[in-house]
Amino acid sequence: MMAVFRRELSDCFHTLTAYIFGAFLLAFVGVGAMIYNIQQAVANFEYVLSFVSLIFVVLVPVLTMRVIAEERKQKTDQLLFSLPLTSTQVVVGKYMALLVVYLLPLCIISIYPWIFSQFGEVYLLTSYGSMAAFFIMGGALISIGMFLSSLTENVGFAAGIGIPVILFNYYSVSLAEHVSSSAFGSAAVLCILWGLLGAVIRHLTKNEGLAYGVSLALIAATGAVYWMKPEIFEGLLPELMRQLSLFERFYTFVSGAFDLTSIVYYFTIIVFFLFLTVQSLEKRRYN
Amino acid sequence: MVTVEHLTKRYGTFTAVDDLSFKIEEGHVYGFLGPNGAGKSTTMNIMTGCLSATEGQVKIDGYDIYEEPDKAKRRLGYLPEQPPLYMNETPWEYLKFVGEAKGLRGRELKSQMEAVILQTRLEGMEHRLIAKLSKGYKQRVGIAQALLGDPKIVILDEPTVGLDPIQIIEIRDLIRQLGQERTVILSSHILSEVQTICEKVLIIARGKLVAFDTPDNLEKLFQASHGVSFVAEAKAEEINEILRELDVISDWRMETMADGRIRVDVQAASGEASDLSRSLFFAFSRKKKALLELTPKKASLEDVFIELTETDVPGADVAEHESVDPFKNPAGSKSEESGVADR
Repeated sequence: MMAVFRRELSDCFHTLTAYIFGAFLLAFVGVGAMIYNIQQAVANFEYVLSFVSLIFVVLVPVLTMRVIAEERKQKTDQLLFSLPLTSTQVVVGKYMALLVVYLLPLCIISIYPWIFSQFGEVYLLTSYGSMAAFFIMGGALISIGMFLSSLTENVGFAAGIGIPVILFNYYSVSLAEHVSSSAFGSAAVLCILWGLLGAVIRHLTKNEGLAYGVSLALIAATGAVYWMKPEIFEGLLPELMRQLSLFERFYTFVSGAFDLTSIVYYFTIIVFFLFLTVQSLEKRRYN
Repeated sequence: MVTVEHLTKRYGTFTAVDDLSFKIEEGHVYGFLGPNGAGKSTTMNIMTGCLSATEGQVKIDGYDIYEEPDKAKRRLGYLPEQPPLYMNETPWEYLKFVGEAKGLRGRELKSQMEAVILQTRLEGMEHRLIAKLSKGYKQRVGIAQALLGDPKIVILDEPTVGLDPIQIIEIRDLIRQLGQERTVILSSHILSEVQTICEKVLIIARGKLVAFDTPDNLEKLFQASHGVSFVAEAKAEEINEILRELDVISDWRMETMADGRIRVDVQAASGEASDLSRSLFFAFSRKKKALLELTPKKASLEDVFIELTETDVPGADVAEHESVDPFKNPAGSKSEESGVADR
């Protein structure tokens, strides 16, 4: 695993990904710090992080698009498969390397609140608490990006799906206000989601029977519950979108509360998507 | 050393590898021969754990590649058809990664890296970018990678494809050298290559094993098709007349060459090719016709290969192949009716 980690880390620096990622993150945080902390003289550094979080929509796909797609394209995944490494070691090694690339600019950024505290009163606990949450949220987004990269051998395509997926997650709370909160609307969207789930299963397993089976069973279950107790679906969709948003949970930290359930949620997302990435890699052997 | 049992790989309805079983002993160079799409790469990918099998099992030195992949893979070095290289690294960085992944550390890692660099003659190139290396050198980096960790078995998938003649000779020498201390399995569709470097040949067609023997034995297997080719200073009618009187001949075929002379391919009815040559020599000399050329024809590995991969062979396990193989070698079937292999 350490071999994969080291190789991936040096690859990020070979290909400039690490520099681009770091430079943009630092630039945006710098601009944010200038606007909020210096010009407007606000003492809360966490507002800067909240302002900057939108940039993840672009930066995370930049960081993750190559990570597995490129291996497939260059057929180096065959090397990884033939080496005495498990898919889990490969995925975790790569993920750790990306986390380090993400952590490096954050180390520089972590000096900022301390600098500001030299010139006035800064509530460092919230600043650093938010920074920790910022790191973990980024980690969750990176795991999603990594999974998307494992679905294709086209690097551009991996970024192309990554951007809308993260963008949707970013806006899902504001969108939640506009979507139908009626029971029927929620049930209908749920059915569409089950259909999509079926498509993903089909793509991963190439097993149409299983994909249709799972999809239809879930749709039937949803239909049955809707028929018996439609009130369960009342307002379900907007609530779901609010709950799934990674960014919304981050704002809790910005407002000064260190929310452990959100940390647990982020870790769940990380484990879940790394697991899916391992499955996606394994699937190459079983296609 | 390597046991493959009832290996089958299906892609939907297409069967790429069909109930393949064979056993590979220690310390030889084995050739895996077959037309494009016969299932060579698929089999090799399964043997090295890159691909799962639909059915069957592969054991490397007694360890199942799926049940104990770590132990099995530590005994294997694999070079896939397209060398899996990281183009933006140098051979040194690349080999370091592979060595570390194979569990080598510190001094051991360094000494092995130096050894394989020396063995594959990569000295002087180890700090250049892989992307800038020539194809021959890229192939060497691929082979060097496979040799790290001192594996007992080295599997090379078409190691000489796309190289120039000098590079091919160098790589073949390297493979021969490897065969002295390890078991080497290489795949190829170049017959001369297999004939020169391999001690044993597995011929695979449509996912099935159709032959497994030494190149010499395989040629002997097809000695029935022996014949002689000659050029005589005579007219076609005269040649026909002489040949009709000889009972050692079963069939012949004439071909007029550019200079007007006639080349005749003769098929022996029985016995050795030398008996046929003797009879022809005396028959023509009695008629005062000179023989300008007289060449005995031996079935080459090429004939064996075409025979085995294009047609059903008695005894070989090619019972049903009604399914159309999209990759079937379009080399064309030889004139089977006359039994004379034209060259």
